Amino acid sequence: MTQSNRRKFIQRAASMAAVGTLPLTYVKLGRSEQSAEFSFAFLSDSHIQHIRGNEFVRNWDRGLIRAVAETNLLNPKPDFVIYGGDLAQLGTKPELDHGAELLSALKYDIYPILGEHDYYLDLGEYWSDIFKRPHYYSFDHKGVHFVMLNSILTYDEWTFERWPTAEQRMNEMAGLDNPNGSPFLVGDAQREWLKKDLAEVDKSTPIVVVSHSPLQKIYKGWNFWTDDAEQMQAILAPFDKVTVLYGHVHQIQYNQIGNISFTSAMATAWPWPYPGSYAQAEHYLPVLTVPMNRADPFFERDATGWQFVDVHTGRVAVHYNLYDNAVRTVAWNEDTGRPEDTVFQDPAARIPPQQHY
Amino acid sequence: MRKKLMLTALAPVLFALGAGNLGGDEFDQEDIDRWQEQFMQVVQEGRALWTDGTLGTNGVACAQCHPNAANTHPETYPKFQKQMGRVVDMWEMFNWCLQHPLEGEELAADDAKMIALIAYARHERRGVELEPGKH
Ligand SMILES: [Fe+2]
Ligand SMILES: [Fe+2]
Repeated sequence: MTQSNRRKFIQRAASMAAVGTLPLTYVKLGRSEQSAEFSFAFLSDSHIQHIRGNEFVRNWDRGLIRAVAETNLLNPKPDFVIYGGDLAQLGTKPELDHGAELLSALKYDIYPILGEHDYYLDLGEYWSDIFKRPHYYSFDHKGVHFVMLNSILTYDEWTFERWPTAEQRMNEMAGLDNPNGSPFLVGDAQREWLKKDLAEVDKSTPIVVVSHSPLQKIYKGWNFWTDDAEQMQAILAPFDKVTVLYGHVHQIQYNQIGNISFTSAMATAWPWPYPGSYAQAEHYLPVLTVPMNRADPFFERDATGWQFVDVHTGRVAVHYNLYDNAVRTVAWNEDTGRPEDTVFQDPAARIPPQQHY
Repeated sequence: MRKKLMLTALAPVLFALGAGNLGGDEFDQEDIDRWQEQFMQVVQEGRALWTDGTLGTNGVACAQCHPNAANTHPETYPKFQKQMGRVVDMWEMFNWCLQHPLEGEELAADDAKMIALIAYARHERRGVELEPGKH
């Protein structure tokens, strides 16, 4: 990032902080290049949870309702919305219906992907019915090629043979720390599809891949993990500019592996601890990541939020709209060749709530 | 006179203890194993409650936000909680969670369920240095 760009980012972060916790107006960056310049919103992990009858867990409902309302107020308007999966908690029709209804208030087109909580009851059948989308697909927008994955598949024996009922299969996968779960996979068939899909795409075309699980290995115990991550990275390696946006982790993470930039989404529902705060675990949180603030449980929306994503010449800047904290921005830094927090990347700039233990 | 009377009264008790069990400070590996087993049983009960959507009233389980009881910081209690305005122990914080995210009823500090929940959270945090009061 040039000095002047850095200054603009900081100015923008400051201007957003000035409007308080609802950063509804974004100052547009001055840009010289016209190609691949647009924005979209990125919402994820709402975990709409059915209690009984027409009752749903209020806390999770409020998170999605707020994200939708704020997204609708964006100015300039985003071109579309990406939904990063885990709309439902246990993949039931009432949950998917209710979640889709809350999402239907969005004034924009929506490109959703599946999370494991949407999938393992009926293997994504009802989800496809209501969203009219296949489980994985791609599209082009203003010079950027978007790949929308179903990265939460797993081994066939686990999916098709191990569990006596679909409900039990869903429940076993729904427990993040459940040792009966199974590592996520993109899988052979989808990787073959992706190779064919990308064969048509010029190597200089910016690629944005959206997956639910990180296409990198961070902590297997909570499935912050994709078992065929290396194979996926190899497929993406020949392209000049690749960004992977992912959900599932309910926290700020970002990384650079070779040519691939990774940036995660906050959940609208609840935050998750960083793996390092589980004393019995070995984990690989990217060292580049400056953590989100530790959540204050007394504020139910704290450490939840959604993302506004700026695409500029095929690189992305992700603005984390945190309901009870200042906005965080993780943006591609042209000088260092990696995504960085525009305010807190320097260890000297970090604040006590970013210490997790 | 008084002292003598007391000793006389205690004598049969001391005799009985000496003749049977050797006393409170004598235990062997079998005892240790049994006590550990008792403890781990309560930890298992705690884990079951931690993942149980019926602990509260809305189906939400502790593990939903705290996988492996992470981010509960058992080693830091008692500590000052600014929203409660005083120094609280872990069970009070657990009750806050039971009442709010889980929309349920609080438990007494010595309720077997509360003890099991705390046993589970502390067991997952084993090996971490005590730092009471830390934020
Ligand atoms: Fe999730
Ligand atoms: Fe997930």
